[in-house]
Amino acid sequence: MPNMSLKKNEMPVQAPEERNRNFDEVALGYTLEQAMDEAARCLNCKHKPCVGGCPVAIDIPAFIQEIKVGNLAKAYEILSASTSLPAVCGRVCPQETQCEQKCVRGIKGEPVAIGRLERFVADWHMQNAKEPPAKPAANGHKAAVIGAGPAGLTCAGDLAKKGYQVTIFEALHLAGGVLVYGIPQFRLPKEIVRKEIDNLKALGVEIQTNMVVGKVLTIDELFEQGFESVFIGSGAGLPNFMRIPGENLKGVYSANEFLTRINLMKAYKADSQTPILHAKNVAVVGGGNVAMDAARCAKRLGAEKVYIVYRRSLEELPARKEEVEHAMEEGIDFRLLNNPTRILGDEQMNVRSMECIQMELGEPDASGRRRPIAKPGSEFQLDVDCVIIAIGTSPNPLLRSTTKGLETNKWGCIVADEKTGATSREGVFAGGDAVTGAATVILAMGAGKAAAKAMDEYMQAKRA
Amino acid sequence: MYTILKKQALNPTVTLMEIDAPPIAKKAEPGQFIILRVDEDGERIPLTIADFDRQRGTVTIIFQIVGATTERLNHLNQGDCLQDFVGPLGVPSHTEGLQKVCVIGGGVGSAIAYPIAKKLHQNGCQVHAIVGFRNKDLVILEEEFRSVSQRFLLMSDDGTAGEKGLVTDALKKLLDAGEQYDEVIAIGPLVMMKFVCKLTKEYGVKTVVSMNPIMIDGTGMCGGCRLSVGGQTKFACVDGPDFDGHLVDFDEAIQRAAMYKAFEQQRREETCKLFEGV
Ligand SMILES: Cc1cc2nc3c(=O)[nH]c(=O)nc-3n(C[C@H](O)[C@H](O)[C@H](O)COP(=O)(O)OP(=O)(O)OC[C@H]3O[C@@H](n4cnc5c(N)ncnc54)[C@H](O)[C@@H]3O)c2cc1C
Ligand code: FES
Repeated sequence: MPNMSLKKNEMPVQAPEERNRNFDEVALGYTLEQAMDEAARCLNCKHKPCVGGCPVAIDIPAFIQEIKVGNLAKAYEILSASTSLPAVCGRVCPQETQCEQKCVRGIKGEPVAIGRLERFVADWHMQNAKEPPAKPAANGHKAAVIGAGPAGLTCAGDLAKKGYQVTIFEALHLAGGVLVYGIPQFRLPKEIVRKEIDNLKALGVEIQTNMVVGKVLTIDELFEQGFESVFIGSGAGLPNFMRIPGENLKGVYSANEFLTRINLMKAYKADSQTPILHAKNVAVVGGGNVAMDAARCAKRLGAEKVYIVYRRSLEELPARKEEVEHAMEEGIDFRLLNNPTRILGDEQMNVRSMECIQMELGEPDASGRRRPIAKPGSEFQLDVDCVIIAIGTSPNPLLRSTTKGLETNKWGCIVADEKTGATSREGVFAGGDAVTGAATVILAMGAGKAAAKAMDEYMQAKRA
Repeated sequence: MYTILKKQALNPTVTLMEIDAPPIAKKAEPGQFIILRVDEDGERIPLTIADFDRQRGTVTIIFQIVGATTERLNHLNQGDCLQDFVGPLGVPSHTEGLQKVCVIGGGVGSAIAYPIAKKLHQNGCQVHAIVGFRNKDLVILEEEFRSVSQRFLLMSDDGTAGEKGLVTDALKKLLDAGEQYDEVIAIGPLVMMKFVCKLTKEYGVKTVVSMNPIMIDGTGMCGGCRLSVGGQTKFACVDGPDFDGHLVDFDEAIQRAAMYKAFEQQRREETCKLFEGV
């Protein structure tokens, strides 16, 4: 008999008033009993609607059935057939708009907690797996991957499994992309990313850090060095600013800078060499995951008041639902339907306040969301000493400006075939945020996977 | 991995290091910079490439000991390795087609100005060099500058080396004497560059400055290095480091550079104590 409870098993978490002062992981993970109990909520539907909601088509009912009977090794095997970063995706995927949205149990009550179960299995595997994955037999061919984010790591892993000698070129000093510089420790512990990367290395993938492709090497030189195909997974790392007065004041950060200082450069540790402003009152502009992460980091650094300033309403907030809930529990103050107009500073150019204007929602725009319209004369001041801008990022122009014949669109995204990742340059494939603009981990992984398959076919055809 | 092949104190607070980094040496051009980390958990700091040798695969950096990181860096010796060394970053200095240029270096900025003067000289451009230091103990690269310039003026604040005065005094003298330059290239403390630009604006001489703001990644990813140039926001690491000095908002840059002063002071003192302890 399935477990007919209308609610998911709750995720054990650190108490809000405690966790908003530390950087330890918020969600603690299911116990075996909780996981098995939750797995019993799955009806094992024949038509598997959830699988259709998963960008990498994990056989969700199958892995959940294995949890139900306590066969976790088999559950992991099923997961890893489709995803190379289950411990990451279980934590950061927007399940409520993907697999769980399609879950039949969600029609009446809450869907099965697919994400939490995925995380449970992946964590179990990390704790219990004894041997690193075996290195596959080499096929004697070389492929290059630019960028060590989820897209690049997935592509590299899949190619390595097919026997390719894969080298990843990463601009920063650490592999992981947004997983290490953007998403904070309390949501995705860096040890997890490191272990996933260690697994790749065990497969024989070589990672060269400190290599900014376009500067120290060009894509053309990679081909000259004998790489037969190149994957671009360089992400969308260029921060957008609002272009309002006062954005260059001291105390205004892009979310990328703020989060990079905290995560990659470890400014959350008391003895860190990296400076960061410990502000008293902080306004974060934006409503996505990035904004939530920045706000929750600011709180953890000791801010008394942290605001999320977003120009639409709660309904339109693009962040994962769980992150919004967690942020609210932690005391983040949501100032919805507000838009910043300028930032004001003192003589030393330190931020003193941010002026905002109230908004209301008008007719739906091209994106289908109702367009925010400013209410004239409704300006007011928010007293803050730090402003963090989290209104989106674009792809970095470095690669397109140094690679002849690489077609990009008007937003600077690389033009690539949706199914194969093939670009306008022969042998060059691309995927992830570099192609789509800022999106999600799972979509980046899916693109890396599809490209690996297409690159293998391309290289085989070329040899034939 | 990024071995220090040579270390040389140029003066009590300025050190030269030659680093083994063949891929970077192969691509480096004057005006570009590298970012390094001294050790795991270290900060990322940008330093302009002072010289490079493509054959030997080396990149030379010259740094002033101003904070915790440069203090730590200065405690490494020949044979030691750096944790990270990435580059060449930024846009190379524009040197093509110039006929006559006045290159100005202030303090450790002279180390950045020198490779540009050298490149101009190699291109057959007439180079006038003005370099300024606080006193004679701090003078660096004097011989090097002399060897690549038609005119060389050494200035010091206290008159213990060359002439007493500021680099702007020397520049004014040259301009008043009727010297015509295609361009003035000024590299040094922000205040110095600000006043050079103020002067050359009066004389209508195009001036290029090299900006070195606070950076993290050096690839355009954080925006921490942003400056106002002609009313537009630019990222020094990818759009620069060279900019038209007459368009740069120096007052803003000076404020932004001081953002973490207290923190840096504290970390430096801690680091000094640490090294005294051993
Ligand atoms: C703060 C934050 C929170 C997020 N939260 C979530 C979430 O909860 N759930 C979710 O699904 N998604 C989330 N996202 C989005 C998600 O992280 C990205 O969509 C995903 O990481 C994209 O993967 P990628 O591999 O395409 O690019 P990235 O992860 O950006 O990796 C690109 C890598 O390429 C490197 N690179 C760039 N240029 C070069 C070059 N020229 N040479 C060499 N290397 C280069 C970069 O340094 C980087 O390491 C979040 C993003 C941020 C910033
Ligand atoms: S240093 Fe980060 S964008 Fe320039």
